[in-house]
Amino acid sequence: MNFTIDENGYYGHYGGAYIPEILRTNIVALKQQFLALRDDPDFNAAYDRLLRDYVGRPSPLYYAPRLSERYGATIYLKREDLNHTGSHKINNTIGQVLLARHMGKRHILAETGAGQHGVATATVAALMEMQCTVFMGETDIARQQPNVEKMRLLGATVVPVTSGSKTLKDAANEAIRYWIHYPADTHYVIGSVIGPDPYPDMVAHFQSVISSEIRQQLLSEEGVACPHAVIACVGGGSNAAGAFYHFLEEEQVQLIGVEAAGKGVDSGHTAATIATGSAGVIHGSKTLLMQDSDGQIKEPYSISAGLDYPGIGPLHAHLHETGRASFLQATDEEALQAAFLLMRMEGIIPAIESAHALAALEKLSFSNTGPVVVCLSGRGDKDMDAYIRAAPASFKNHQL
Amino acid sequence: MNRIQSLFEQKENKVLSFYCTAGYPRLQDTLPVLTALQAAGADMIEIGIPFSDPLADGPVIQESSAVALANGMNLQELFRQLKDVREQVSVPLILMGYLNPLLQYGVSRFCRDAAACGIDGLIIPDLPLEEYRREWQHAMEAYGLNMIFLVTPFTPQERLREIDECSSGFLYMVTTAGTTGGSIGPDEATKRYFSFIKEQRLNRPVMAGFGIRDKPGFDQACAYVNGAIVGSGLIRVLQQYPDKGEIVIRDFVHSFF
Ligand SMILES: Cc1ncc(COP(=O)(O)O)c(C=O)c1O
Repeated sequence: MNFTIDENGYYGHYGGAYIPEILRTNIVALKQQFLALRDDPDFNAAYDRLLRDYVGRPSPLYYAPRLSERYGATIYLKREDLNHTGSHKINNTIGQVLLARHMGKRHILAETGAGQHGVATATVAALMEMQCTVFMGETDIARQQPNVEKMRLLGATVVPVTSGSKTLKDAANEAIRYWIHYPADTHYVIGSVIGPDPYPDMVAHFQSVISSEIRQQLLSEEGVACPHAVIACVGGGSNAAGAFYHFLEEEQVQLIGVEAAGKGVDSGHTAATIATGSAGVIHGSKTLLMQDSDGQIKEPYSISAGLDYPGIGPLHAHLHETGRASFLQATDEEALQAAFLLMRMEGIIPAIESAHALAALEKLSFSNTGPVVVCLSGRGDKDMDAYIRAAPASFKNHQL
Repeated sequence: MNRIQSLFEQKENKVLSFYCTAGYPRLQDTLPVLTALQAAGADMIEIGIPFSDPLADGPVIQESSAVALANGMNLQELFRQLKDVREQVSVPLILMGYLNPLLQYGVSRFCRDAAACGIDGLIIPDLPLEEYRREWQHAMEAYGLNMIFLVTPFTPQERLREIDECSSGFLYMVTTAGTTGGSIGPDEATKRYFSFIKEQRLNRPVMAGFGIRDKPGFDQACAYVNGAIVGSGLIRVLQQYPDKGEIVIRDFVHSFF
C-alpha cells in the first residue's frame, strides 16, 4: 500500500487543494518552496539545531512502569509534553516559520483551538522577528485563558472569532479570510495535517521527527525499532501523523488514532469525525468531515479544545479507508479519568487532548505483545480549570 | 446559445448584475426578489446557495447565509422555489455556491436539476480549474451550463489565459485581494489591474465583482470591463425588504443608472 502523497496532492481519494483562486498563487509557491527545501542540508541543519537547542529534542521515550503493570503491557510515553511551549505543535511551527522566512514573508497567521499551536507560533514568530496574528474562537478563549495570556505576552495579536461555534473550525475560517486579504506578505501556519495541499504533507513531514526518534529510542531500549502499537489522539491529526509516519510501511505496527467522542458518539455532542462523518470538502481539502444531509458542516463538541474540530486530515481519512490505521473514540469522561490516572500513577499531568490517547488503553488488550507507544502530545497546564472542576472529591481533600 | 451569451451579444457594456442569497431575508423571498430585480432593470442575477462556512465571503454575506440556513433553505427547497422561475424571469440566472453542499447533492444531479429550472451558469468559488476538469466539466457541458471562473489580482498571466479558455459565459474578475463586502478604491493599483485585464483582450466578457457597491464603483469598472456584479450592497438593502417592499430594490438598482 502507498501512504505517500501523490503529485496532485492526494492520499488515495483524499486531499487536493479546494481553495479560492486568490490563494492559489500562495499555495503553489509554498509547495515549490517546501519541495525545494525539505531535503536541503542547510535548511535541515537550521531546523534540527532549533529542535535540539530551542525545543529540547529529542523528547524522552519514557517507560511507564505503573501504567505497564496496570494494563499488562510494556507501555512507553513519547514525551512531547516536555517540549518548549508544552506540546508537539512547535515541531511544525519551527519548520513553517523557517520556510516563511525563506519566502520573504514578514507576517505569520495561525488558527488555534487549545492555544498550543497559537503559543508555539507566537513563540517562534518572536524568535524570528515576525509579526504574528492568531485567530481563536471565543469559546476557546474562555476555556484556555492561560494560553491567550501567553500569546499576548509573546507579542502576538489574538483575534477573537465569533462566527459559527466559535471554536477551531471558525478560527481557521477567519485565518483563511484574513489571508485572502493579505496574500502577498503573509504566511498562514496551519497547525495540523489539514488544509489544502501542500499543508497535510508538509505538517506531517515536520512532525515526523516524533516517529523517527521513537525508532531510535526503542532500538536502544528494547533492541527493536518497531513497537507493537502506536496510539495518538486525533484532532486534525498532526501528532498522530508524526507518531505514525515512519511506521506507515511497517505493516506489523498497529496504528491507533483516538478521536474525541465528546458526550458520546451518538449524543449529537461529539467531535468523532471518523465515527460520524462522511466525505466532503473542508478548509480546502477533500476528506472526512461531520456534516448534515445538506452538506452543511456540523458544529463539533469536545471538552478538549484541540480535538474540537469537525474534520480530519486527508492522510487519516486514507489510513481509515485502507484499514492501515484503526480509530477509536474516547468520551470527555473517559479522557478525564485517564488524565487523573496518569497524574496519580506516573506523576504527569497530561493535556486533555493527550488524555484521549491514554483512554484507549482501557479499550485495548495487549497480552504478550511488544512495546506500546502512546504519544503524550502535550502537558496539562492549560487544562487546570477543567481538571480542578472534574476532580473526584477524594482529590480535593487538602486537610492534614 | 444560452441567455448569458445572448446578453453579452446585445449589450457589451454597463452590464449590471446582482447577487442575492437564496431564502433571504425570509425563506419565500427568493422569487419575489428575483422578479423585483428584473423589473428594476437588472441584466443578470446570481443566486447564492447558503453554506455554513463561506470562506470567500465577508460579514454581510456570511450573515445572510446564516439567516437563510436558519430559515430552512437547502438545495431541495431552492429547486422547488425555482421550478417555474422561467415563467417570470428571463434574465440570465447563475447559481453561486460552495462545493460541499453541491457534492452532497451529487454533481450530476445538481447540474440536471439546475438546468431543469433554467439556470444558465455556475460559480463555485472553491472549485479549482483542475478539479473542475476532473469532476464537473462533463456534467456541466451535458446539461448546457456555463462555468464562470474567478480571476484575481494575483492570478498570473498564463493562468489567466488558461482560465479564460476554460470559462464559458464570462470571467468573474475579483477586483481586489479580499472577501466580499469591501469596496474598490480609485487607487493606482486598482487602475493598473483593470488596465491589465482590459489589455489582455480575453475571449470571454469580463464582469468585475467584490467591492462594487455604488454608481462610482460601477462606472469605474465599466470603463475597463463589460460590467459589474453587486453583492453585499444589495444584501444590506434587502434587510429592509420585508418592511418596505420592492421599492427598496427598485431604488437601489436605479441608483446605478
Ligand atoms: C496537546 C495537544 N494534542 C493534540 C492536539 C490535536 O492536534 P493534532 O490532532 O493535530 O495533533 C492539540 C491541538 O491543539 C494539542 O494541543
